[in-house]
Amino acid sequence: MKIDLTDTTAGKVNKALVQGRRAIGTPAVGMVLTLVIVTDEENAYDALKAAGDASHEHPSRTLVVIKRVSRSPRDRTVSRLDAEVRVGADAGSGETVILRLYGEVADHADSVVLPLLLPDAPVVVWWPVNAPLDPAKDPLGALAQRRVTDTYSSEQPVRELSARADAYTPGDTDLSWTRITPWRSMLAAALDQVVCEVKAVEVEGEEFNPSCELLAMWLADRLDVPVKRSLSAGPGLTAVRLDTSEGAIALDRADGSLATLSIDGQPDRAVALKRRDTAELIAEELRRLDPDDTYASALRFGVERLNASAAPAPAAAEPAAVPAAAAAQAVPAAQGSEPPAKGEPAVEAAAAEAPAPEAAAKEPLKKRAKAT
Amino acid sequence: MPAVYDLANRGLLPPGFSLVGFARREWAHEDFAAEVHDAVKDHARTPFREEVWQQLIQGMRFVQGTFDDDDAFERLRSTIEELDKAQGTGGNFAFYLSVPPRSFPVVIQQLKKHGLADQSGGSWRRAVIEKPFGHDLKSAEELNKVVHEVFEPDQVFRIDHYLGKETVQNILALRFANTMYEPIWNRSFVDHVQITMAEDIGIGGRAGYYDGIGSARDVIQNHLLQLMALTAMEEPASFDADALAAEKEKVLGAVRLPKDLGRSTVRGQYAAGWQGGEKVIGYLEEDGIDTKSKTDTYAAVKLGIDNRRWAGVPFYLRTGKRLGRRVTEIAVVFQRAPHSPFDHTATEELGQNAIVIRVQPDEGITVRFGSKVPGTSMEIRDVSMDFAYGESFTESSPEAYERLILDVLLGDSNLFPRTEEVELSWKILDPIEDHWDKHGRPAQYKSGTWGPAEADEMLARDGRSWRRP
Repeated sequence: MKIDLTDTTAGKVNKALVQGRRAIGTPAVGMVLTLVIVTDEENAYDALKAAGDASHEHPSRTLVVIKRVSRSPRDRTVSRLDAEVRVGADAGSGETVILRLYGEVADHADSVVLPLLLPDAPVVVWWPVNAPLDPAKDPLGALAQRRVTDTYSSEQPVRELSARADAYTPGDTDLSWTRITPWRSMLAAALDQVVCEVKAVEVEGEEFNPSCELLAMWLADRLDVPVKRSLSAGPGLTAVRLDTSEGAIALDRADGSLATLSIDGQPDRAVALKRRDTAELIAEELRRLDPDDTYASALRFGVERLNASAAPAPAAAEPAAVPAAAAAQAVPAAQGSEPPAKGEPAVEAAAAEAPAPEAAAKEPLKKRAKAT
Repeated sequence: MPAVYDLANRGLLPPGFSLVGFARREWAHEDFAAEVHDAVKDHARTPFREEVWQQLIQGMRFVQGTFDDDDAFERLRSTIEELDKAQGTGGNFAFYLSVPPRSFPVVIQQLKKHGLADQSGGSWRRAVIEKPFGHDLKSAEELNKVVHEVFEPDQVFRIDHYLGKETVQNILALRFANTMYEPIWNRSFVDHVQITMAEDIGIGGRAGYYDGIGSARDVIQNHLLQLMALTAMEEPASFDADALAAEKEKVLGAVRLPKDLGRSTVRGQYAAGWQGGEKVIGYLEEDGIDTKSKTDTYAAVKLGIDNRRWAGVPFYLRTGKRLGRRVTEIAVVFQRAPHSPFDHTATEELGQNAIVIRVQPDEGITVRFGSKVPGTSMEIRDVSMDFAYGESFTESSPEAYERLILDVLLGDSNLFPRTEEVELSWKILDPIEDHWDKHGRPAQYKSGTWGPAEADEMLARDGRSWRRP
């Protein structure tokens, strides 16, 4: 069921939601969160489609905030809110409100969104494109527990990663980080199988793909070994190669769907590592709503340190041995769900010098548990 | 008026029911009927039926006059007597006094002088009064004295339309007709209670009425304290008016004000901003408001109830205009489980259990509790279970005024606050108003938000936070 409201207010939208819910015969609200999508007209369709698919796993109220561009001074003085309310079969499982903001009201989108949030339920804001540089300080971002951005969609992803690291507030997250979850769990599992010390790492992938940097930073942060980021034609991430005391471990994905895991002395294994669509990423992101400490730690490692630490590779390899073993032990610990060392101070330390092995061991690879 | 029509449409009005309007306007009976007709057509909940309207219009009269005009009241009397004969109303009248507070004594005296309030031969005279019931204890007592001189106390009906709402009556059903809530409805399990009544509108054209009164007198004194009394009272011996009133009075009498009123009350005024996508002006910029006005448009107070059931459980009451959205609800927030076998990560997103009674809009009840998120890891998150009136009872529930007007005609005073309750409520509010009057100014809050930061700080000092309604 669809209700169109032109030149309306949030109060009327709320009434329309109740009315729509009654009309389809299910007035009870079973939604677990409010997902606010802030986007432009161009990306609204894809984002909404992804959110609709994700809502099958997380019944939610989806608010799509579309800021319309006013092209003339006259347009800019007129302020108008149009809303399209969808409930029932038209809205996946949950409710969808598409809000189009014209003129001055576009700068006060939070006043429209606030009255439409579900009572008590967590709020997630997702910017598919054009995310603000400091999401937590954005008026809409301030309403949310969790702020999802996507550096993949930005003009200069690598530079944006540094900006994200500077502005990081617990609750921030990046879909480029979500994209590498299967890689991270596969690599952690591979290190589980071999007792070894990692000496150096190489992450290979296409240019302008921040997922490669994030994966490299995660490895560098957790293993404390030099990580080299090298370029390939893609698609996406193509390979990760670990140079260990027991020989090479490589995870190679040339075609963007099927990867090969090769460990020295063991037969090659085929691993399905399909590049996932946005709906799956959002669904995964919505599964946990607490701050992602592992992401914070990896992000704060710093893009600029990646290439710097790669240069003196042989020298740095020696002291790296102990943390590498510790990180390998950390994987089973993660499954046992040990309380996380609330990593903030430890992370600062990591940025300054090498992390203490204990700290690395205690901090579970959180995302590992949720890898499907 | 629409409520009267709806009652007629349901066949709940007695056959000879008549309606007499009294106002200064120069109207003929027909003009009055036309005005009622429009109101009914626009606002009645039930479909418009011509035959029902014809039944109503037969008993519809209008008397023109001012409150100090003796002739007009004589005309009113003769109109009523004529109706008695023509319509067979049986000599029973209810006066719905929708008059400004200052005209009250005059009107009451006029009714007495012209013998309109004299009961005789088994017929009744009832008075229906709308809020405000005074503006402090003293004025409320005076008002009660004036009314009771003329009308018997049990024939005076103070309309608080909140009490006519289905969900409010359902508080009693929820608590006293079920077994599963009452055992946990006490200080051993309840952490605190939040009662919220938020409006998204400003004062509109009511500057003259509102300035100097403020939200605490306008809302907390009557609606919120009544909701609190219903939430906190003990089980009445029976469901009749006397037993209910006795329990409500006991609770209101046990209310204890916090020692430091400055730290446990907050008042505010809305400032200019954006509300729901509209640009709105601040309270001090409204037409007819003094730019130095200290009137509160937001009020939050923390109250305690000194009895065995509630000692130590704070009741947070808040109301305001130009808040996020229009909503009234009672949230009973429970304590955390005393011991959690789950680790910190698993319960990081788990809040406190709560039962939320949604009074308006979208009437219903929500129960919030933790549940495991499906998946391979143990992760517990809040979920809600919802009961919506619209779903479980497909009959559209009667509108509050409908119910209350019917109760007046039946003489059933269950849902009307009594003199004593009104006076007790003022006893609670007067010290707070007094404190506000002497100290400081209202905090400014941006329109469209959930009130001033001071209110959040007030709860933060207790280690709690306001729910987002």
